[in-house]
Amino acid sequence: MSEIPLTIGTTVALPKSEFDGLLNGLRQLGYETIGPQIKDEAVIYDSITSLADLPRGYTSEQDAGKYRLVYAGHNNYFDVTPGAQSWKKYFFPPRSEMAAFRRDPENPRRWLVEEPKAKYPLYALIGVRPCELAALQIQDRVFLREDLKDPIYRARRQGAFIVAVNCLHPGGTCFCASMETGPDAKTGYDLCMTELDDDFLVQIGSEAGRMALATQEWHPAAAFLLNQAKSGLEKARQNMGRSIANFRELPEALLRDMENPRYDQIAKRCMSCANCTLVCPTCFCWDTREVNELNGQRASRERVWDSCFNLEYSYVFGGNSRPLVRSRYRQWITHKLGSWWKQFDTAGCVGCGRCISWCPAAIDFTVEAAELRKEVKP
Amino acid sequence: MTTRTMELSAAIIPNKPMQPFWAVIDEIQSEAPSVSTFWLRFLDPGLQAGFRFQPGQFNMLLVPGVGESAISISSSAEDNKRVGHTIRFVGNVTTAISRLKVGDVLGVRGPFGTSWPIEKHVGQDIMIAAGGIGLPPLRTVIYHIINHRSDYGRVVVLYGARTPQDLQFTREYKEWEKAGIEVVVTVDRADDKWEGPVGVVPLLFYRLRMDPRKTVIFSCGPEIMLRFVVFEALARRISSDRIYISMERNMKCGQGFCGHCQMGPYFVCKDGPVFTYAQLEPYFNVEDI
Repeated sequence: MSEIPLTIGTTVALPKSEFDGLLNGLRQLGYETIGPQIKDEAVIYDSITSLADLPRGYTSEQDAGKYRLVYAGHNNYFDVTPGAQSWKKYFFPPRSEMAAFRRDPENPRRWLVEEPKAKYPLYALIGVRPCELAALQIQDRVFLREDLKDPIYRARRQGAFIVAVNCLHPGGTCFCASMETGPDAKTGYDLCMTELDDDFLVQIGSEAGRMALATQEWHPAAAFLLNQAKSGLEKARQNMGRSIANFRELPEALLRDMENPRYDQIAKRCMSCANCTLVCPTCFCWDTREVNELNGQRASRERVWDSCFNLEYSYVFGGNSRPLVRSRYRQWITHKLGSWWKQFDTAGCVGCGRCISWCPAAIDFTVEAAELRKEVKP
Repeated sequence: MTTRTMELSAAIIPNKPMQPFWAVIDEIQSEAPSVSTFWLRFLDPGLQAGFRFQPGQFNMLLVPGVGESAISISSSAEDNKRVGHTIRFVGNVTTAISRLKVGDVLGVRGPFGTSWPIEKHVGQDIMIAAGGIGLPPLRTVIYHIINHRSDYGRVVVLYGARTPQDLQFTREYKEWEKAGIEVVVTVDRADDKWEGPVGVVPLLFYRLRMDPRKTVIFSCGPEIMLRFVVFEALARRISSDRIYISMERNMKCGQGFCGHCQMGPYFVCKDGPVFTYAQLEPYFNVEDI
């Protein structure tokens, strides 16, 4: 079939049996292929070499404070919605060296800057959900600004190959449809797949995607398959476990009402454990850590994930600007749904639902957003 | 250390935002107990000659192995021979800085943040209200006014410290007064020799009669002081877009991508530290924001 030219925007059918060929092709191009797999009873992201590594037949039960993998026995590889991990760990690693210095051998009172030696891996991310793709694009706005390009993020992000997977079976804590990020991927992918019974419908999103697919054993996508995907996505849109209504109205509503008594009520349940910020695919806050060699000859500065729920996060001399859990939860939700718009011209939430599933106190972000927008008369 | 001469007006590399530039400590001047001014000179002479900042901006100062701290520049923006930072020794980094000697080096990134818009208010009366370690970033404004005295009307400096010993830059007050600046200094706790006012800075407003139509306020100090400065200023009908305050928050990057310094929608390091009260008004009085 490959004598028919593929172009960006084309959709073809790739039999599931041919998928390993695509993976092999990507690895031959130098990509490390990463995908979902099961470890310790949860879906995580790690290296894959074949479809056999994927969680075929699994689905997940998710609810506030609840995440359970369930074996459903079906033939789908990408049906299980994400676990605690998100792809951000590949571009914004939990720990990375930002700068390193070595004492000047000729003058021990001075330091020399070490040029970074790190060779960044080339990633092919396989099975990126639309919500997660939207999250990556939000982090792009944070780390790759007009006036500032974070070198760690840029080096890892710019060469990455992204295979998105449209979501046909959203989970119980999913609300991407209401955040307008899913269940179908819009932009930012090299290839976008919809998983059907025997085939993946693959849409080409970029030149890199076109080249990776061109040498594979694809077939034309017939109307039957296209309709199946279309109706599946429409059904998924109707089957979201949760929703946030009119999220564009929230910045105004939340930022105007910072003293809402609901925050006191939330503070009684929230343990300020920072789980929500760690599982959130858009959270970008980081702290610095100084790392010294014991002989005092080398000092480096590391970047580590931080959270607005940590007390030290807002430390200033003489105190802390957010000493109470109430103010820390308020920072989290007003940032995600409110002030993020003013900073980055988008919401900071994509509706993936992780913060709900992984909250040990079962605090439901969508419920709190709805409660906080209610007019409260003092 | 290889010295390169570069055409740089700032110690910032846009695609290496966390990379410092080395500066040698040229002189250390004691200002008060636990407060000293560190005069830095960039090792790269091209950068030293080209380095420009606006009054009110800050640098991130790095002690390798210890960490970075956001420190306001306290020297004149028109002095391109060296850059002064007046530092109070209170945390890990500043305590490590206090142990450094002339000839040691510090890493510098900057300048960052917004500035006191002194040039926007030519022809007007300037009121500077500073508390404690809030004076150093405003000293840059005082120097600007001295250098361009005829550009401004009445200029008043209100300054307060805990005790007379804690007052900074005392050797300069005469010079400021000679330039036609009213200097009113107060302390929280007087000693036997103190003859000036006792009390907090906002109380000094009651000693003055400022013309609200042409007065601009620049204020920096503890947040509680800022609250009352704003209160007194508004009570005197000085409009909220003519009250400028400099905020303090935890800062790790200085460029609005580590998240720590957020205050409502603002990154204090990038959108501030100098704000008009009109900008801050929806958030300033929210507790623990």
